[in-house]
Amino acid sequence: MEDTPVLSLLQVSKAFGAVRAVREVSLELRAGEAHALAGENGAGKSTLVKILSGVHRPDSGRILLDGQPVEFAGPADAQRAGVAVIYQEPTLFPDLSVMENIFMGRQPRARLGLDRRAMRAATAELFGRLGVHLDPDRPARGLSIADQQLVEIAKALSRQARVLVMDEPTAALSGQEVARLFGVAGTLREQGVALLFISHRLEEIFELCQRVTTLRDGALVATDPIGDLTPDALVRRMVGRELEALFPKQDTTAGEVALSVRRLTREGVFTDVSFEVRRGEIVALAGLVGAGRSEVARAVFGIDRWDAGAVEVDGRRLRPARPTAAMAAGLALVPEDRRQQGLVMDLSIERNIGLAGLTALRRGPLISRLAERERARDWAVRLRLKFARLGDPVNVLSGGNQQKVVLAKWLARRPSVLIVDEPTRGIDVGTKAEVHRLLSELAASGVAVLMISSELPEVLGMADRVLVMHEGRLVAELDRAEASEESVMAAATGRGRP
Amino acid sequence: MTSAASSVTSAGRGGGRRLVDRVARVRELGIVVALGALFAVTGAANPSFLSYGSLRDILLNSAIVALLAVGQTLVVITRNVDLSVSSVVGLSAFGGALILADHPGVPVPLVIAGCVALGAACGAVNGLLVGAARVPALVATLGTLYAFRGVDYAWAGGRQVNAADMPEGFLALGTRSVLGVPLPALVALAVLLTVGWMLRNLRSGRELYAIGSSPEAAVLAGIRVRRRVLTAFVANGALAGLAGVMWAARFGTVDATVATGKELDVIAAVVVGGVAIFGGSGTVYGAALGAVLLASITSALAVLRVDALAQTAINGALLLAAIVLDRLLALRVAAALRRRRSP
Ligand SMILES: Nc1ncnc2c1ncn2[C@@H]1O[C@H](COP(=O)(O)OP(=O)(O)OP(=O)(O)O)[C@@H](O)[C@H]1O
Ligand SMILES: [Mg+2]
Repeated sequence: MEDTPVLSLLQVSKAFGAVRAVREVSLELRAGEAHALAGENGAGKSTLVKILSGVHRPDSGRILLDGQPVEFAGPADAQRAGVAVIYQEPTLFPDLSVMENIFMGRQPRARLGLDRRAMRAATAELFGRLGVHLDPDRPARGLSIADQQLVEIAKALSRQARVLVMDEPTAALSGQEVARLFGVAGTLREQGVALLFISHRLEEIFELCQRVTTLRDGALVATDPIGDLTPDALVRRMVGRELEALFPKQDTTAGEVALSVRRLTREGVFTDVSFEVRRGEIVALAGLVGAGRSEVARAVFGIDRWDAGAVEVDGRRLRPARPTAAMAAGLALVPEDRRQQGLVMDLSIERNIGLAGLTALRRGPLISRLAERERARDWAVRLRLKFARLGDPVNVLSGGNQQKVVLAKWLARRPSVLIVDEPTRGIDVGTKAEVHRLLSELAASGVAVLMISSELPEVLGMADRVLVMHEGRLVAELDRAEASEESVMAAATGRGRP
Repeated sequence: MTSAASSVTSAGRGGGRRLVDRVARVRELGIVVALGALFAVTGAANPSFLSYGSLRDILLNSAIVALLAVGQTLVVITRNVDLSVSSVVGLSAFGGALILADHPGVPVPLVIAGCVALGAACGAVNGLLVGAARVPALVATLGTLYAFRGVDYAWAGGRQVNAADMPEGFLALGTRSVLGVPLPALVALAVLLTVGWMLRNLRSGRELYAIGSSPEAAVLAGIRVRRRVLTAFVANGALAGLAGVMWAARFGTVDATVATGKELDVIAAVVVGGVAIFGGSGTVYGAALGAVLLASITSALAVLRVDALAQTAINGALLLAAIVLDRLLALRVAAALRRRRSP
């Protein structure tokens, strides 16, 4: 007996002005099955998710719930129908506690008022299942991207939904958290939950899912059982052409020291962190979520203050907590949190790209709009940015395309030391290779690159040296020959300290 | 991020956490401390400031603004603002007084209910403009500030209602004391406690905070944002209506200019009380305490014989100090939170 899908889309379309984001796509989500949605940046995946979750109403086509047509007038309707969604961009309330974020609108009630104790216990239980160490009472403000994502996951799980939609939940997570998430997802699947999973890490799709639907330019390419596909075949479906292999870093000879960090300490966050990055080198900073990698980057760049230690760029000492001085010294940082720190969401694409390097665009006291546009166009082509017009605000771009704008903004600056925090978060396979090639070229031209990445293949493929952090300390330094999946993971989890 | 992760952070966590926890409560605590200091200093200079009569006056004077501040907080928490409250107070005060003067037969409770309903209707107009027509609250309520006042002027047509025209029983409501506490202050307190409880313990109350904290996330969470914002405006209008009756009962003389400019006092009280002007945080208790503090300062300056012009300047300086303090505290909290990860 062929069971009816829990939720299905029939020939749905959605356009934003002239942009046809989704074109007559059909999709079936079945109980107990994990279904993957694959496609390049801007292919329409998140738009499809938002149709399923009632955020967007399809221009045409139908949604069926247990075979019956339904209309979702808003997210509340979809939630009531048993659809829980983890959106690509975290959607937390910064002023409210983590537990209230999880249970907003569904807080457990006692006889008089809310039962905060039950809410705390339920949150702790969810966090336990996910292996998250967060205080349920702390406000969501100040959480790292990875932690925000984990809270989002807990929130979706708490709904005990029939359909769980996950739009790039793993983009900021490292191996250990992903494994936990997949463990939980596997259990849900056995309990008969229908899963929809989106990721640009293809190995994750092959690990978790049974079927894959591929989108290209908003249109359906195919839906296949996972067994019928190889990763290469999937890429071909997504991109529509053959793809060169992931770009390995070209060998360069390291020059003099460009960035030197000595015994840097920020109380309660990281301790005694010392390392150097030479010109021409790409040094990766690996570790688990919460190991303190982004925090080190933020301190070096001067966003956060450090309590002890020293940072030198090209032999010149930086004063703590002075990002402008750091930038003047030739430092650039591509932050992990593009919406909060990387972009001005309401500003246009060209403006955002121009922002970090305004000096180069100056003609006398004015900014040359022509030069700005030229530069934006150039970078848009190099990074395969998918956009309607360069004058559009960045918040209408897809997640991966926003990330490309952040990258362009800082790469266009030609810094002498470049720190990139999760540079390819949410970027599709094709462009990822392009970003890697760009980073490699930059290094070859004498830039010192410090790269934070939770994606091991990226670390292993790109880095000349790998520094591994564990619980706020640098625990290992591995050169290219020593670095392997096993050695990095061992150091990152605190085993096998050299 | 294994269990030992907490050991790294524990060094800074104790201090950071204590700071965060204290700051979370410090908003209200800070005002209480400021009040204490004010009373100690002024009382030392002039002991009559601490007399029963003087304290009673302060309570009476702050009751109406406190009531309005509670209502305003509901709106501000959702990242909106209601500038029109003073006009609603004026409309309700005049309407109530007029009915009482011209139709002595109408029972007082009915008049009060009518005034509250009138206020709620005004609030609904604001709420619909902001929620349904998507006019920014600042602009919408600036418009209704003038519109409601205009209605008030047209209705009054230059007329003034005097205490002698209103029943004794009604006027007594504005001045009578129960167990030594003036009735308007008791009403304000009852409203304060009720609204405070609701904001903390009803799901809808929590949703107001969620809306102000992140409107986009509120939509995705399935919160009916427009309905909630409308409710906040209606509740605020109803409280303004109630404040209008209290005004009429307390002062006895009512014309179309009642409460003109009061909206600024109310917003000042809310801001001094630690309610974030961009929404998402703050409590009604803080706002009410802010109202009491501002009224106390006015009284203290009068007792200390500071002239009226300087009083305005001092109030202004205080407001700025409160805003700066708010900003500094927010930065401290943000820094502390970034250090704090593990439980
Ligand atoms: N609100 C909006 N207004 C205008 N255009 C939009 C809007 N949302 C999405 N788009 C456009 O629709 C297209 C599809 O975007 P979508 O976010 O669905 O891509 P995606 O497949 O999720 O990509 P990514 O992998 O980068 O997350 C993009 O071209 C994007 O610019
Ligand atoms: Mg997307």
